[in-house]
Amino acid sequence: MKTPNGSNILKSEDDVWRFHGGIKLPGHKAMSTQRPISRMQPSQRYSIPLNQHKGAEGEIIVCVGERVRKGQMLAKPHGLISAAIHAPVSGQVVEIAAHRFPHPSALPGTCIVIENDFQNEWIKRAAVADDYINMSSHDLRAVVRDAGIVGLGGASFPTAVKQTEVGVNTLILNGVECEPYISCDDMLMREHADEIIKGAQITAHIIKAKHCIVAIEDNKPEAIAAVTRAVQQSGSDNIVVQTVPTIYPSGGERQLIKIITGKEVPVNGLPSDIDVLCHNVATCYAIYKAVYEAEPLISRIVTVTGRGVNAPQNLEVSIGTPINECIEHCGGYKKEAKALIMGGPMMGLTLDTDQLPIIKSSNCLLISAGVDITLPSSEYHMPCIRCGNCVDVCPANLLPQQLYWFAASNQYDRAVEYNLFDCIECGCCAYVCPSKIPLVQYYRHAKSDIWEQERERKKADIARERHERRLERLEKQKQERDARLKKKREALAKNRVQRDTEMDKKKALIAEALARVNEKKSKHSIKARNTENLTPEQQRKIKEADARREQMKQQGK
Amino acid sequence: MLFSKADAPHFVTSTSIQSLMLKVVYALIPGSIAMFWFFGWGVLFNLVIAISVSLLSEAAMLRLRRRPIAPALSDGSALVTACLLALALPPLAPWWLTTTASLFAIVVAKHLYGGLGFNPFNPAMVGYVVVMISFPREMTFWTLPMGVAEGWPGFMDTVSLVFGGGAANAPTIDAVTMATPIDTLKTQVNLEFDTAYVRAHTVYGELFGTVSGVGWEWINGLYLLGGIWLIRQRVIDMRLPLTFLISLVLISNFFAVLDYSSYSSALFHSFSGGTMLAAFFIITDPVSASTTPKGRIIYAAGIALITYIIRTWGGYPDGIAFAVLLMNMTVPLLDHYTRPRTYGATDARE
Repeated sequence: MKTPNGSNILKSEDDVWRFHGGIKLPGHKAMSTQRPISRMQPSQRYSIPLNQHKGAEGEIIVCVGERVRKGQMLAKPHGLISAAIHAPVSGQVVEIAAHRFPHPSALPGTCIVIENDFQNEWIKRAAVADDYINMSSHDLRAVVRDAGIVGLGGASFPTAVKQTEVGVNTLILNGVECEPYISCDDMLMREHADEIIKGAQITAHIIKAKHCIVAIEDNKPEAIAAVTRAVQQSGSDNIVVQTVPTIYPSGGERQLIKIITGKEVPVNGLPSDIDVLCHNVATCYAIYKAVYEAEPLISRIVTVTGRGVNAPQNLEVSIGTPINECIEHCGGYKKEAKALIMGGPMMGLTLDTDQLPIIKSSNCLLISAGVDITLPSSEYHMPCIRCGNCVDVCPANLLPQQLYWFAASNQYDRAVEYNLFDCIECGCCAYVCPSKIPLVQYYRHAKSDIWEQERERKKADIARERHERRLERLEKQKQERDARLKKKREALAKNRVQRDTEMDKKKALIAEALARVNEKKSKHSIKARNTENLTPEQQRKIKEADARREQMKQQGK
Repeated sequence: MLFSKADAPHFVTSTSIQSLMLKVVYALIPGSIAMFWFFGWGVLFNLVIAISVSLLSEAAMLRLRRRPIAPALSDGSALVTACLLALALPPLAPWWLTTTASLFAIVVAKHLYGGLGFNPFNPAMVGYVVVMISFPREMTFWTLPMGVAEGWPGFMDTVSLVFGGGAANAPTIDAVTMATPIDTLKTQVNLEFDTAYVRAHTVYGELFGTVSGVGWEWINGLYLLGGIWLIRQRVIDMRLPLTFLISLVLISNFFAVLDYSSYSSALFHSFSGGTMLAAFFIITDPVSASTTPKGRIIYAAGIALITYIIRTWGGYPDGIAFAVLLMNMTVPLLDHYTRPRTYGATDARE
């Protein structure tokens, strides 16, 4: 498609590369694109989990009972890889406690619960708007960071961290949305293409990108038209729209980069290693809102779809809204509703209850009726026959059948050797498996086991090191003590010798003196004579005389 | 509302092992009908005996191993093994020969190694080789194909030949059987006759038909058709049959061009003996084949090479079974050294 002025904004699929593998899946997208994006009625209560992103949980900066206004920060980023969260409405913080929220672990996590006062009272906002062009990358990144923006394609990685400016030439906007049923990005592009392009321009400014490519799958002609028009109107000459073939999982970051640039992100590397940054279109929309409206990420578009819901459509939902209210807004469950999936059918997370909040990564609520989507039974699966269908579809070009073999037999070192950790868990292998082996489940299990072993090993290493240090320390102390004792003993021994010689001298002197005294005594001693062999009469007299003498002595005193 | 939980992905293809195996059986049908047409009732007896023995021994082994019987028995893998074995054995093979081969295939080659998915050797070929080595004489009981003979033994004659016990000694057996064209050619060429002479010979000459042997060219052609259907149905990996056939054509053509009088043409090799059955149905057994894309190419080329060597210079009528088993042994090595390059890696072993 050529634009009127002849510049080539829309690029056809002839220009793209192919990644290995992938599968064609039935789309089921039209189900939820018949109605425009609908806005939810405000809820009574919002439960906002702290852990909605990759990285550390934020640090809570409000307390129970505090009144908060819409857009007010509830938790600030803690550490480099972390994201802020904000109040979606004005109201009162009524509880900060552990509650369940959509997470693979199904474990409760800290949530800040806000009771809506329906005043819709915003915090003071000062939008940067067009002034962003004069701002430094550093300051703009701070705006993005303070707005709590994370990757809205599903990974929820804090966006500001990705926006490095080190030699990234190409910004790729991911509007591929390759999972069946999900249409939130499609509808967002149809209705807010201008804002998305502005968000892209802001991002390009931050990372100093030379050009920007908006990638959209060819099953979304309306979105392609809307974005192409928005690019034309933006007057920007370094943004192009690239249609890509509809193959799952071309929306995976690494797969899309290969499709667009023909280059592969190195193993253990980042897209920035090959001069690329990839943002989801919804992330760019959030960046636009943060810069032009000073609105942090407090809402997102959610697709509510599937054969188990009455009126499938896309909703703009505030973060923290209970899921059951979203489904009620769409006419409620049909009676054949069987399963509730957050995300798409290939990588989504089944939820056992709808009493959970919408979080930043909730792109879709898929309510299955058990016809189109059948949860595979986990009881009995056939053995692997090594047919290799999984090899042909693996977008990471792994050998899923071998990984399965190693994972199932706990040969984790072999699994790692066969690059288990390059598996993106897209589910293509499990989709095509004729034996219906839940392959991804095996890989996840192996990965978490390996992580656990790694942690244990580290812990053991630390413990061993500590133990060794302790032994070393004890040994050192013992040596020191021994040395000290030895010294002391030596000193004592020396002293003793000295003392002994002194003593000997002293003793000799004493002995001499005694000898002298004795000599003297024997010379001058006057002994009472005739005191032996006396009659009792005489003895009595002596005693009496003694007593008298004693008495006189006493009287004399 | 409360829901059940499960791991992603939440939907899968409808393809199952059973559907794959049944398609393999369907694809065998045209070739089997041709075989029945040319070789008579014996083909049917082989199929019935092999299928019954295989399924019974499969069920017995599953029971002994305390595994669920119904899902494994209905997966169709024992059925496919039985069909391949039955179609590889000579049509007038005595019942005990077919039974021995089937038992060995299912009990030893498959279940003693752990059942479906764990057998390192192709079960049908193990069964075939066991009887080939043990009973070489019975393995040459190929009926004269229709067109050479005026008709094949009748139903009751076949019954008595197959179940009679004394088939080998029956005076009729030599009247109705003869070695296959591929075997004949080798024997005669080894006796220092050239290929053109053998093809024009008054007794053997009749056997050779227009391309590669009366009956055989039809049977192979129909297996080829069935195989193409299997590729289109994505049941088998096309790398295997393509590499096998191309390699066989290249090798046989090389020798034929070198010395046309002693070596038969590529066309003869492609359409005689078990070539097409092997290309699309035997070497494509995924369990015992290499599982990596590159490994499969080497695996199939290796089978073609060994097959050609045994066919041309070896002591057995056809070399496919030995070639398959020999290449089965190399599979762990092939799998290890032919890993594909992972996305983002600089080389395959990273």
